[in-house]
Parts: sequence; C-alpha cells; structure tokens
Amino acid sequence: MLIFTCPCCGERADETELSPGGEAHIERQSVESSDEAFEGYLFIRENPRGVHFERWRHAYGCGKWFNAARCTVTLEVFGTYPAQTMRPPQDLLDHISQRRPGWTWRDLA
Amino acid sequence: MQRYSAFALAREAMRFHSGWERAWRSPEPKRKYDVVIVGAGGHGLATAYWLGKNHGITNVAVIEKGWLGGGNTGRNTTIIRSNYLQDPSAAIYEKSRSLYETMSQDLNMNVMFSPRGVMMLAQTQHEIRGYQRTAHANALQGVDTEFIGPERVKELCPIIRIDGPRYPVLGALWQPRAGTARHDAVAWGYARACSDMGMDIIQKCEVTGIRREGGKVAGVDTTKGPIDCDKLGIVVAGHSGHLADMAGFRLPIESVALQALVSEPIKPCMDVVVMANTVHGYMSQSDKGEMVIGGGADGYNNYTQRGSFHHAEETVRALVETFPVISRLKMLRWWGGIVDMTGDRSPIISKTPVENVFINCGWGTGGFKAIPGSGWAMAELMAKGTSSLADSFSLDRFREGRFIDESVAAGVAH
Repeated sequence: MLIFTCPCCGERADETELSPGGEAHIERQSVESSDEAFEGYLFIRENPRGVHFERWRHAYGCGKWFNAARCTVTLEVFGTYPAQTMRPPQDLLDHISQRRPGWTWRDLA
Repeated sequence: MQRYSAFALAREAMRFHSGWERAWRSPEPKRKYDVVIVGAGGHGLATAYWLGKNHGITNVAVIEKGWLGGGNTGRNTTIIRSNYLQDPSAAIYEKSRSLYETMSQDLNMNVMFSPRGVMMLAQTQHEIRGYQRTAHANALQGVDTEFIGPERVKELCPIIRIDGPRYPVLGALWQPRAGTARHDAVAWGYARACSDMGMDIIQKCEVTGIRREGGKVAGVDTTKGPIDCDKLGIVVAGHSGHLADMAGFRLPIESVALQALVSEPIKPCMDVVVMANTVHGYMSQSDKGEMVIGGGADGYNNYTQRGSFHHAEETVRALVETFPVISRLKMLRWWGGIVDMTGDRSPIISKTPVENVFINCGWGTGGFKAIPGSGWAMAELMAKGTSSLADSFSLDRFREGRFIDESVAAGVAH
C-alpha cells in the first residue's frame, strides 16, 4: 500500500485516502498549439518503468492536489511536493539520484 | 507434428505415455528472419500463426523475455465476448469470437472453448439505456446480443440476487454465444502450430535494443545475441512503452495493474459469466469449480504485477452483495497483471514512425478475448501494409481525433 505525506496539510495518508491524478508536469496546450503538441498533452504519456512523477489528490483529507515521486517497479515513494511547480525540488531529485544511481531528471512532455 | 486425438490418447495409455513428443521446439535463434515478433503471449503467437497460415510467411521468430504465455495470457479471467458499441471494435472482437469457435479444430488442441453466455448487468438507469443502445448497435453489426429483464437474469443465473439494497439488477446485456476458454491452451496451441510451420519460438530471450538503419528497422539486440529482421512486430502489452522507447517513439499508453482472484473449488452453481460494471466485479465458474473473479484496474501506473489490497476488497464486497451465496468462500489465489491502457480504451494495431516496425498493444483490460482476431489483423497488416480490421486502430487516430471510444461503453471490466 502506498503511503504519502501530503505536503499541503502535513498528514500521512495511505492510498485509500487519496485519488490518483496521472502524470505530473504535463504542459497545458491551447487552440493555437499544433496537432502534435495537443496529442502529446492529451494522450502521450511517459509511462516509465522506474521513477515516475505523478499527481495525487488528498481526497479524504484536505482535498488539495499535490505531486509525488514514486518508483513504478518497487512502489517506493521518494517524496511529495506542492503541485505549483514545473520542476520537482532539487533536494528530491538529489534523493532519487542517490536511490537510483544513474537516474537523471529529464524535461518531460 | 504428432496429432492429438482419442486414438492417440488410447495408444499412449497402452505404453505408459512414453511416446508424447514436445509440443514445440526450443531452438537457438538464427542470425536473420523475415519477421521477428517480440512477445510470445497469445497475441504475438496468433500473429505469427496467421502470418504463416494466411500469408505464407514462415521464416518467423517469436521471442519472449520470460516463458510462453506467462504474462497477461496466463493472468486473465478467460472471458470471450464481442458485445461492443463501436463498429470497428465489434468487427474485430466478433471476428475473434468466431475464430474461437473453431480454434480447437484448427489448432488440433483442445482450448476448451465454452460458449456459455455472458451477461453484463444493468444496475442503474444509465446502464439500462447504455446496454439497450449497445444491443441495437450489435443488431446492426450482426453481433448476436439482446437486452433481457431481471426475471430472465434470475432464470439464467439463479444464485444472483436481483433485489439488492444498493444496486438492484434492472436487466442485462446478454450474449449467448460468448463464453470462456482455457487461456494456457490458447498460447500452447498457437505455439505448437507455429513450431510445426517451421517458426522458431525463443523463450528466456529479452530484447535489449532495437537497431535502425535510415529510419528502417534492421534488427533487435537480445540477451541471446543480435537478430536481424526485415519486419518487426512488437506485441508486449504492458511493456509496450518500454519497447517503443527502444525504437525511438512514444505511445499514448499507461500501464496499470489489473487483478483477479479465484476461490476454492465448489460444486457447479453458475453456468454463465456475469459482469457487474457499476460495482466493478465479474465472476464465472471454472471447470474445476473455482469461482474466477476479476476486478477493476488500479488508478495509477504500476509494473509490479500485483494489485492493491483495497481494490480486491472492493471487488469482493460488490460481488458478495450481488451473490450472497459466495460470502463464506475462501480465496485460493490472487494475482495481478500489467495492462496497457489507451486514452479511448481501444487497442492500437498499427504501423509506427519507424518503417517496418508494427505494434499491437493497448488491449487494456480485455485482451484475451481478442487473441485470434488481433493476430489475424496484425498479420494482415504486417504482410500487406493494410488490414480492414486493423486500419481504424492506427496510432495516428489520437492526433486526428478518430477515437474508438469504448471507455464509456465498456467501462473498466472486460
């Protein structure tokens, strides 16, 4: 069972208290965007086997959205951070690189 | 190939079963093949089978990271149906269902296809309207389904409770020709037939890279050395994104865990398949007597091949409500598989940005029923470059907005 600490209210919450919201850091597109960019925004997903950044909502708690970094192979949770950012905090990225040697952040989508 | 028959059984019984030969060869890979298929699950093997059977292409290798049929082919709940809403889906799933009817004869392998009928319960007013619409669409598509009332549901499946407190059964979409089959036998039957046509099935051989030359595929690198090929078919379900990454393109796919469980065996009590999509559960009884139970997919990306406990609990709770008789059953096994979900919940059978690389994926929670039809369409696409069954399922539909939107029609449970 996944356990996250909500960065908005500070509570520890297991996955039954949360709703998954899919991949994080997807850049929103608008009507001026190309078909390719719009397809990427709506459908193309990173779907990594390993380190994954995703959105969760503390549905049965404070109700706020936040972001989490998690491994899709081992279900290890690396950490959570507020959703109002286009890039995860550096200390979290350092922590993941330490846990998964050779892993680096790449700009998604 | 040694043919299986009642006579062969009797002959072997007389000599202590010492004469059975291996069902398929396990050769070392050759340096080059006309076609390499990655993934020896049902879909991959069916693709190879129809390449040989319909198109005469037999210089084929099917390579598999684990063992044959050990992925989702061996992890599903074996339901076969074709009561889909959209025309392209109904066409390919109905083709598939009809191929299941003759599969045992075609492959000379008893796949135990049992057309026992599938009913999808309508437990809300929305579902009644939805399934009536599907029944009308099926009538136009030539798929034999009908919408039945709660009394008929009770008659077909006496253990069901039709006046439950939360979601009473208001009717059902009934497909009498749908049913179940033995999932392992489907993979084994195709493997045996492919091997007989001279194809090489190479197990425990993981693809580590896809070589390209000038935008075209040149071959694959594997743990058993490099293999060249003219055409490459990627048929790896949950790990499609990983393979696509090697070939240098991305897919509109997310991999999530879908789980199932079976109970201890009990006496025959249910001779149809019942699916309850509102409450996320479906159930059938195997020939051994086990109740085979499938649930909804998890909501987050996952490659662990196991599900989360609270989803299993949710499924069981819903089924106990609908089938009070199973409330004291013990569960024997519980497992998960990684399914590849697309945005519109329909599969992808398509050419890719890399020339001569073809992909068949995105079957999500409903791949087993599609095995023969999917292989038929994929083989035609790989051999001829176009296929009437597959063309609607191309990869570019997501860019062009030509969705085959089964997400509303099928929901989670397949």
